[in-house]
Amino acid sequence: MIYLDNSATTQPAQEVLKSFQTVSMNYYANPSSIHVGGSEVEKLLFKARTQIAQLLKVNEDEVIFTSGGTESNNLAIKGIAHAHQNRGNHIITTQIEHPAVLQVCKDLEREGFEVTYLPVDESGNINLDDLKKAINENTILVTIMHVNNEIGTIQPIEKIAKLLANYPKITFHTDHVQGFGKVSLPYDMEGLDLITISGHKIHGLKGTGCLIKKRHVQLKPLFHGGSQEGSVRPGTENVAGNVSLAKAMRLAVEKQSQYNRLIALHQKLFDQLEPIDKITINSPKNGAAHIFNFSVLGFKPEVLIHALGEKEIYVSTKSACSSKQDEPSHVIVACGKEQEAGAAIRVSLSINQSEEDIDIFIKEIKNVIQQYKSIMG
Amino acid sequence: MTYDHILVRYGELALKGKNRKSFMQILKQNVEKKLSAYPSIKVKAKRDHMYILLNGENHEPILEKCKDIFGIQSFSLAMKVENEKEQIKDAALQALLLESGQTFKVTCKRPNKGFPIGSQEMNQILGGHLLTHTEDWSVDVHHPDVELRVEIRHDATYITAKKIQGKGGLPVGTTGKTLLLLSGGIDSPVAGYLTMNRGVEVEAIHFHSPPFTSERAKQKVEDLARVLTKYGGDIKLHLVPFTEIQQKIFQEAPENYGMTIMRRLMLRISEMVAKQRDILSITTGESLGQVASQTMESMHTINEVTNYPVIRPLVAMDKIDIIDISKEIGAYEISIRPYEDCCTIFVPKAPKTKPRRDKVNEFERPIDFTKDIEKALNNMETVTFSASNDQKQDEFDDLL
Repeated sequence: MIYLDNSATTQPAQEVLKSFQTVSMNYYANPSSIHVGGSEVEKLLFKARTQIAQLLKVNEDEVIFTSGGTESNNLAIKGIAHAHQNRGNHIITTQIEHPAVLQVCKDLEREGFEVTYLPVDESGNINLDDLKKAINENTILVTIMHVNNEIGTIQPIEKIAKLLANYPKITFHTDHVQGFGKVSLPYDMEGLDLITISGHKIHGLKGTGCLIKKRHVQLKPLFHGGSQEGSVRPGTENVAGNVSLAKAMRLAVEKQSQYNRLIALHQKLFDQLEPIDKITINSPKNGAAHIFNFSVLGFKPEVLIHALGEKEIYVSTKSACSSKQDEPSHVIVACGKEQEAGAAIRVSLSINQSEEDIDIFIKEIKNVIQQYKSIMG
Repeated sequence: MTYDHILVRYGELALKGKNRKSFMQILKQNVEKKLSAYPSIKVKAKRDHMYILLNGENHEPILEKCKDIFGIQSFSLAMKVENEKEQIKDAALQALLLESGQTFKVTCKRPNKGFPIGSQEMNQILGGHLLTHTEDWSVDVHHPDVELRVEIRHDATYITAKKIQGKGGLPVGTTGKTLLLLSGGIDSPVAGYLTMNRGVEVEAIHFHSPPFTSERAKQKVEDLARVLTKYGGDIKLHLVPFTEIQQKIFQEAPENYGMTIMRRLMLRISEMVAKQRDILSITTGESLGQVASQTMESMHTINEVTNYPVIRPLVAMDKIDIIDISKEIGAYEISIRPYEDCCTIFVPKAPKTKPRRDKVNEFERPIDFTKDIEKALNNMETVTFSASNDQKQDEFDDLL
């Protein structure tokens, strides 16, 4: 099997799973209990939190464990909107966000918030001037993703943070789910207030993730209950999950040096597929190397995916979170490529992907196009 | 040509006359112990400098660790070349290219007067060489971004660029041992740290009163002891069970003198432990005027029970400065964990802020603590914390 759908989810690393099992079996006490068992588990949880904080160069009380990317995004966006609605009701985001951001913004619009959806150019980049112009006195939140999950465009998060550092009333959140372990950020930088990280995209487990919330940021919690996670995210801690997340994040950072290898593979995909008649590349050349998106015009993407599936090669259409709806990709539409948007295919690589896998994929996609050209053409 | 060793400059140690040799040996051992995770490195102590030969180890984490060692004034990454003009020129250029900035200055020193070129002339030769072989650099002798130091010694020439400030002070273990009363609060770890700064080796003593104090409170003290190992190497922590003594004080002594009597007993027991272990002094985190037990009268009354020197490094410090040090050494976040220690239980409603020696002796006379003290000492537990190994931590590290 050649698995090229790593931006949908990844295979958990064995060590990560082992940590989860060991902690689940041996450290099952509630960290809030005052007996020795509880205190032991509390210590372990604290170590996990500290390790994540050190990896990101933030403070340990700035790490809020959640159930993953969707929850972190919801907590960040709704948390700011509801905590600060007396300051203003305007939110700025982009047209190419993940549904876990876009749909939250849509929901807030129904509550009466105003949302500006910044346009992007054909590579998927926003324009900083557009952002500057969109800011008004009611703006309380800017939420812009780091690496786009469908086409891999990297937004200039540092520049945005620098700009927004001049606006103390505005909180800046970035969905870093596709960036962590591949394209890092200066996490401690001023102006960058909230950062979403997910475990299962980096060979961790589903149901794990965190939100980095800088000390000065006040959020209204989504849930109410105990005082866990500084009361921002109550509920008995998922200690085994959180420890496994710390491990997955450490391994991801250690393996990040292999990312350069992916750049070569990304380039190869470009070089081999771009010349083919009917293929348009939707990913920008300078995008994240683990995501490669292209359209074969005239081909229904499902047909290609099923044909490749017969060869045990797994790729996907747009985001896994929206790919079941029979709609063109909102990301590629936003890039001004209406026609390509309905035919997009995403190849997404793991940090361990071999060059051989890519060679086989290139060979097979060429075969499939050749085989069905006459029928689909 | 890359940096192949770290040049370590001694601080006050250089002034210590006859003791110098043993001081140097102790510093060498401390450095070796601190860097035991890097088996390839080699430490060489010379008269006026120490060299840490990297032998291929990554220098970044080693530089970080050097910042925690008392007795090191400053240190620099260095290249070693032969005493030969062309080699020195090449190495100086390499060293500059590894730095970022726009202006530089060359400072040449020539303790080896046998080298044929004077240091002034050498400055000019090297400056000229660097200017002609780089594009973006210029000379600024007053406020350079990079000061390139070239020391032409007898054995070789050493080239360094950045000077990193060390902790200074004296190597831990050169000036004897003290017994630190470690409570779990903010002050006592700082007091321990400051005595280490003067070369003192620290053992710690803690009084706990289960079930009135929790396992977490004890854990907190152990974590603080572990923090101190970062600066002072291995630390022995003596845990004295104090429940019965505290209950007896509570039942038999006048309430407002309870705390004074308790502190006196702590000091008595500490002196006994010190005596057993050939430790010549006791250190506390007391600072004048902070709380009731730390008034001048209180210190006078409590100190009566021992004639061992009681070192109080914080006695004249402001709380805010103590907190700064606590944060700097990584103890603060542990110290503020909200668990009660034995000093905060059985607190009288109105503790005597001006206790008197005659009164306290009168109150203590009818109460016989001998057996209780004996029992506490017999049941005392001693745990050794080491900077490098900790079983539970290792188990956690595997999981993470």
